Amino acid sequence: MVTSGKGGVGKTTTSANLGTGLASAGHKVVLVDTDIGLRNLDVVMGLENRIVYDIVDVTSGNCRLKQALIKDKRFENLYLLPAAQTKDKTAVSPEQMRTLAAELKEEFDFAVIDCPAGIEQGFRNAIAGADRAVVVTTPEVSAVRDADRIIGLLEANELRNPRLIINRIRPQMVKRGDMMDISDILDILAIELLGVVPEDESIVISTNRGEPAVMDHSSKAGEAYRRITRRIRGEEVPLMNLDVPDGLMDRLKRLIGMR
Amino acid sequence: MLEFISRMLGRENSSSKNVAKERLRLVLVHDRATISPHMLNQLKEDLIKVISNYMEIDEVNLEVNLNQDDREVALVANIPVVKMKRDYATKG
Repeated sequence: MVTSGKGGVGKTTTSANLGTGLASAGHKVVLVDTDIGLRNLDVVMGLENRIVYDIVDVTSGNCRLKQALIKDKRFENLYLLPAAQTKDKTAVSPEQMRTLAAELKEEFDFAVIDCPAGIEQGFRNAIAGADRAVVVTTPEVSAVRDADRIIGLLEANELRNPRLIINRIRPQMVKRGDMMDISDILDILAIELLGVVPEDESIVISTNRGEPAVMDHSSKAGEAYRRITRRIRGEEVPLMNLDVPDGLMDRLKRLIGMR
Repeated sequence: MLEFISRMLGRENSSSKNVAKERLRLVLVHDRATISPHMLNQLKEDLIKVISNYMEIDEVNLEVNLNQDDREVALVANIPVVKMKRDYATKG
């Protein structure tokens, strides 16, 4: 499951890119949108026009799982199970989610569960179906605080060893000392790092188009997601180099022996 | 102006990331200190068990609370002692 506590830090973008990345590596993948009432994974994936049934139809027995799964445009081994838009979070129970997850596990190599923001029922549903958790945060006080709370809740629910993605990091600001860096955040949250994704305009563009950035080889964020995908598959991949080239001030500082 | 110069020269102390880190550290001490009533009760029972080895205490009026202020979180216990156990002193 992909979770964060705070909204707007990039859960859905991360889910879409991880799912697409894993599918492009040949795995059979299903993306599950559990944000009932506020579904968005469909538009990020560019599949919004194909929805017939949704997750609530499946859990309430209105249709079979196969009928609700939407096949991706790009990869035939990638599917989306969309959230319901007209119901609320209580339309699915943790028990139903567990049953659904068990069914998905038989069919797929990976089920990427996109979790809603918050720590209420939607979060509890997502937890019920998950074996592993990825926590997404951004280098901001509010997002890191919420991530800390989420990590506590995951561990209280027996989802041990969640892994962290630091999203939307801005190397220029880090260099200036105006943004927390990777080690600052790891110090505070004390969990294993899965990856770092730089702030990147190409994410906006790829979302506009409904095509995950992980497919775009000129996108820095896409490269970061490709590396994360490989780590999930068990490879050891170094972090992306996010250093910014030295400017005039740095050279000046070095000249006068400040660094 | 001085701050500006020191920032230009890369002195980190005034940088906003350090402000962020310090504020986060404090806020997380508070966030993480939320103990469930169940856990607090268990802690109380365990405390009673241990202390009873040494003295007789008034279990009804025993108070254990987690106190928080801006700077720190403290476990504050008020445990009325009824009687010291003499045998402990002789046994060593």
